[in-house]
Amino acid sequence: MIYAIVLTAIKALRRDRAALALSFMLPVAFFSIFAAIFATQHNSTPKISLIVVDQDQSTASHQLVRALEHEASLIVSERPAPKNKVAQPDYTAATAEASVKSGDSQIALIIPRDFGKNPISFGSSDGSPSIQMLNDSSDTIAPQMVGGLLQKVGMSAMPSVMAQKGSEFTGQFIGGFTPQQKKRMEENLAQLKEQEKSNPDSDTSSASGGGVIAVQSRSVIGEKKNLVCFYAAGIGVMFLLFTASGSAGSLLDESDSGTLDRVLSSHVTMTTLLAGKLAFNTLLAFTQLVVMFVWAWAVFHLDFHNHLAGFVIIGLCTAFAVAAFGMLLASMCRTRAQLGAVSTLLILTMSALGGSMFPRNLMPLAMQKAGMFTINAWAIDGFTKVFWRDLPVSALAPQIAVLLGVGTALFLVARRLARRWEFS
Amino acid sequence: MTLGGSMATVLAAPVSTALPLEVTSLVVSFGAVKAVEGVSLQLRAGECLGLLGPNGAGKSTVIRGIVGRVLPDAGTIAVFGFSASSKAAREALGWIPQELAVYPRLTSSENLFSFGRYHGLSGSKLAEAVAWCLDWAALQDKADELAKNLSGGMKRRLNMAAGIIHRPRVVLMDEPTVGVDPQSRIRIFEMIENLRAQGTSIVYTTHYMEEAEQLCDRIAIIDHGRIIALGTKEDLVHNAFGSRSQVTARFAGTSPEIAAWVERRGGRISGPNAEFSIENSTEVVALLKDAADDGLELADVSLHRPTLESVFLHLTGRELRD
Repeated sequence: MIYAIVLTAIKALRRDRAALALSFMLPVAFFSIFAAIFATQHNSTPKISLIVVDQDQSTASHQLVRALEHEASLIVSERPAPKNKVAQPDYTAATAEASVKSGDSQIALIIPRDFGKNPISFGSSDGSPSIQMLNDSSDTIAPQMVGGLLQKVGMSAMPSVMAQKGSEFTGQFIGGFTPQQKKRMEENLAQLKEQEKSNPDSDTSSASGGGVIAVQSRSVIGEKKNLVCFYAAGIGVMFLLFTASGSAGSLLDESDSGTLDRVLSSHVTMTTLLAGKLAFNTLLAFTQLVVMFVWAWAVFHLDFHNHLAGFVIIGLCTAFAVAAFGMLLASMCRTRAQLGAVSTLLILTMSALGGSMFPRNLMPLAMQKAGMFTINAWAIDGFTKVFWRDLPVSALAPQIAVLLGVGTALFLVARRLARRWEFS
Repeated sequence: MTLGGSMATVLAAPVSTALPLEVTSLVVSFGAVKAVEGVSLQLRAGECLGLLGPNGAGKSTVIRGIVGRVLPDAGTIAVFGFSASSKAAREALGWIPQELAVYPRLTSSENLFSFGRYHGLSGSKLAEAVAWCLDWAALQDKADELAKNLSGGMKRRLNMAAGIIHRPRVVLMDEPTVGVDPQSRIRIFEMIENLRAQGTSIVYTTHYMEEAEQLCDRIAIIDHGRIIALGTKEDLVHNAFGSRSQVTARFAGTSPEIAAWVERRGGRISGPNAEFSIENSTEVVALLKDAADDGLELADVSLHRPTLESVFLHLTGRELRD
């Protein structure tokens, strides 16, 4: 009897392609995405975009900057990318801070004047000038990575400075060197400096240990903010996509019941019908966003009312894009079961890549770039600009343009596919 | 509307004598299958024209072609002289599909309001139309009931009401009584008679010959996408059988000898009965005498004029419900 039940279930599953896809393709797709993020990307670990402002312009600061530039996990820039092929001036402390605030760079290091006079700090009270590290408090990993790398290059990129400082400390502790020892020390230091000059990029490991570069970290954004906006945006967009595809599926129901035929035999054209559904689904998605953010405000103290204009604009654009995405899925699929399978597969994949489940800045670069092909990424970036970075509405132009453009394109494709319903 | 592939040509301006509906040489194909092959129909003012045929004969495809839901390969369709795709034609045409094409999660009146708006109605005109339709379908007390909660018969009536919310002058009814109980069927017949009394012209498709006989002024018998006979019931019977009558006899037993005897006498076996066609009622006596002489035991016998079922059988060699 059990055999008969198993046999029946196997036959039913074989004929339900949607269930088959969900059973096998979805886990494989997800496994691949997360494996790509965590396991197989040895050569493309997430890189940190770092601005360096060298106010010192000393030999030591130059050595430090060059050493940072050679770190594989950092993308170091001292000036913004050229605009219209015109080179831009070097970053200042102010422009570097603005860049971190706007999210263009993750970290900025300000190397202060006189850093080169005393770059290595042995002990806390030796008067070494501190490098300032400006960061975004939403990113808890990048500051730690940059801090660690700074110490590493400090020890490896400036061996002569390390040796000189070390001998000075040693002299203090042992009551001074003999003239013979001093002479030999100076000869060796001169030789070491010559080596550095002849091979400035060498990654010579100093034998000295315990040397550190003094760093003062400062969050330039988000210190008093609530991270809940990230989750509201990320989770919100993912569920918007599910709701929109489910709602757009009413087209399939109406096609099955014959209601679609009846509607199309009246004054309503297919374009009008789809536009009406798109408008409804956009409003539905926007209402969902409103509920989610109002809840975040009421329960998690999200600063909602001070960002109302930006929320409405990016919210409507997001709602429009996800509604059009739902329309496209519905017009692609032949049955509700197909729609369920395809939408689950696509939405979960998009959400994983687009940052709804996992911050994109922690993904490998290739994955971050792939994420830019998702609605999630652009919507989350838009909400982040509004709620986290406090940027003006004008700063949302790229997100608005992409979301509206994508929504329009998806709707036009959906309209083209819906021709199959016009004449049966 | 002149149709050739996807091309359509608007007909000349209508004249006052234009027929409510005129279909000429309509051809509809689905891939290699020709569902409708050169169907021509004329619906007269105030007339109820039946399209009678078995399932798959092409009745629904003809209707769907008229309302523009299938793209004909060839043929012309005119509604009061207007192209079937014109706004005037759409306003004049009402379609009651075979499927229960209503929104299940909307109430009866909400459904009617929605379909009324789709037909361009608004304001007081829409409210009046909804009230009239609820009254016509005897659904006033179910106006606020969700469509999905209505009984089968009520859903059918709501389905009909949604098709005439814009008060069309020509109504195409595609098997509106499918799956309803006899009581609901009677109610639906009353609704149709009510429409006819107001001068509405109707095309009524069915595979129930009793419905066609009861409701329709003229009947077109359709089979394999072609109209094989058209006329009043009397015309159809007369054209097929002349003045001949039918004798239906049932003999005791089911032996092969009975079938052989029936065949020798020019009759045919239909279920448990044997059927014979006779020119004169006096031939019954001779028939019964022969049966008795050949040792057949007669259980039942009746004499009647041929029905539409008989006409269909005569024309196609198949029964209507095959």
